[in-house]
Amino acid sequence: MADFLVTPAGIAILMIAQILAIIAFVMISLIFLVYGDRKIWAAVQMRRGPNVVGTFGVLQSVADVLKYVFKEVIIPAGADKTVFLLAPMISFVLALLAWSVIPFNDGWVLADINVALLFVFAISSLEVYGVIMGGWASNSKYPFLGSLRSAAQMISYEVSIGLIIIGVIISTGSMNLGAIVHAQDTSYGFFGWYWLPHLPMVFLFFISALAETNRPPFDLPEAESELVAGYQVEYSSTPFLLFMAGEYVAIFLMCALTSLLFFGGWLSPIPGVADGPHWMIAKMLFFFFLFAMVKAITPRYRYDQLMRLGWKVFLPFSLAWVVFAAFAARFDWFWGGFARWPV
Amino acid sequence: MSDWVFYLFALSVLMGGFFTVVSRNPVHSVLWLILSFLSTSGLFVLLGAEFVAMLLIIVYVGAVAVLFLFVVMMLDVDFAALKAEMAKYMPLALLIAVILLMQFVMAFGAWESNAAAQSLRAQITLEQYHNTEALGLILYDQYFLLFQLAGLILLVAMIGAIVLTLRHRQEIKRQDILAQMYRDPAHALELRDVKPGQGL
Repeated sequence: MADFLVTPAGIAILMIAQILAIIAFVMISLIFLVYGDRKIWAAVQMRRGPNVVGTFGVLQSVADVLKYVFKEVIIPAGADKTVFLLAPMISFVLALLAWSVIPFNDGWVLADINVALLFVFAISSLEVYGVIMGGWASNSKYPFLGSLRSAAQMISYEVSIGLIIIGVIISTGSMNLGAIVHAQDTSYGFFGWYWLPHLPMVFLFFISALAETNRPPFDLPEAESELVAGYQVEYSSTPFLLFMAGEYVAIFLMCALTSLLFFGGWLSPIPGVADGPHWMIAKMLFFFFLFAMVKAITPRYRYDQLMRLGWKVFLPFSLAWVVFAAFAARFDWFWGGFARWPV
Repeated sequence: MSDWVFYLFALSVLMGGFFTVVSRNPVHSVLWLILSFLSTSGLFVLLGAEFVAMLLIIVYVGAVAVLFLFVVMMLDVDFAALKAEMAKYMPLALLIAVILLMQFVMAFGAWESNAAAQSLRAQITLEQYHNTEALGLILYDQYFLLFQLAGLILLVAMIGAIVLTLRHRQEIKRQDILAQMYRDPAHALELRDVKPGQGL
């Protein structure tokens, strides 16, 4: 067996098994995350939420998936059929693709590449194509307007996400996500992580992540009071399911990134307690809870306010922070909190 | 193995480029162009230049091509008329293509680069660094001044573009965010007791 696993065929089988394991993990957690999202939302609004299918309604998402899959796919007569069907596939596949570089524990990563952080950033900058292609191919006014809005929004907030990421890279001296977590492994536990030196950037990153994944209060692409459902208007059945699943996978990815970049990934918050993947999962779930709470308690932004916030507030502030972090790392301010490597 | 991957990416670059030119629908053209960019970044990964590959995706696919797509989607052009006009420019296009082909032939056949340039090129292989660090060392250390000058030129171009499109009209009403945020109910609201049938 061990001999077989080092042959090319064995390596290929091993890789495929790992890929399937990650996809299975993401998809199964997705089913319960959608349920959890709806339950939290309902609890804030003093409703019951889904409570019919299964005990406490935990199987509601399974029922929803089956219902979506067995419905008829309706394609509008004037739609560009190929692009119309390609768009949801692109947004779903890209959302899954970024998971290939996310480590869950020390060395538990599918592709341990040097530019992992840049890879995640590149994939998330590609995700705009699912939205823009879907909106255009529907050949309808509301989806088109929704996709234009959404593309502008995603590009705007990507800029500040990129600058925030640069601050973390300056502190670590590497773009490998594993190395970023290792750099946060100090004897101070919770207080050794990057959230402390990069404190303002944590909030900026979280808000930008909300805007990047089109979550409320920035869900303008599908502002139902103005645009029906934005770029998803003409979609039904499985293509719509792919869009929605892609959106939730992207949200969960942002939770994973927040915990890796600023909250020490798989590291334990208490010095002396063993590290492990359970810490990573717990942190991801905590940030997903925050995402769900924000959805429940905030009203939607107006579009011009959104653009102003992105370009006139976040961009200058994160740019200034990159300069500050660079100086702090170079001249070793704050007892070396900013530079965890010989600058 | 990596030969086959190279041919796969190279074929997809060429196919993307070909369909970019022959597609009837300009949006399809841009989408083929994006395929071409993505395959090019695959080629960079094969060369071991993963940083450049990622930058290619982020800058060209994530930003430039999105702008292309924006413009192309919003343009309302009559493509039949454009197609008719294309025949007129065919000789010019052919001329450019021939010149380009000749340049390629010369570059690979007759061209000989300067010995000094060759030695400079050999100098900058930094084996002990990852290519991100190697690029940083070359750009920010060795060619610092040239790099900053390039940045300055881009800045001038950007300011030029902004100045060209700037129209500062005085008569329109502007939104003052600060004034809006400092409004409070005491100044913005006034309670009146309206008698029936009288109005204010």
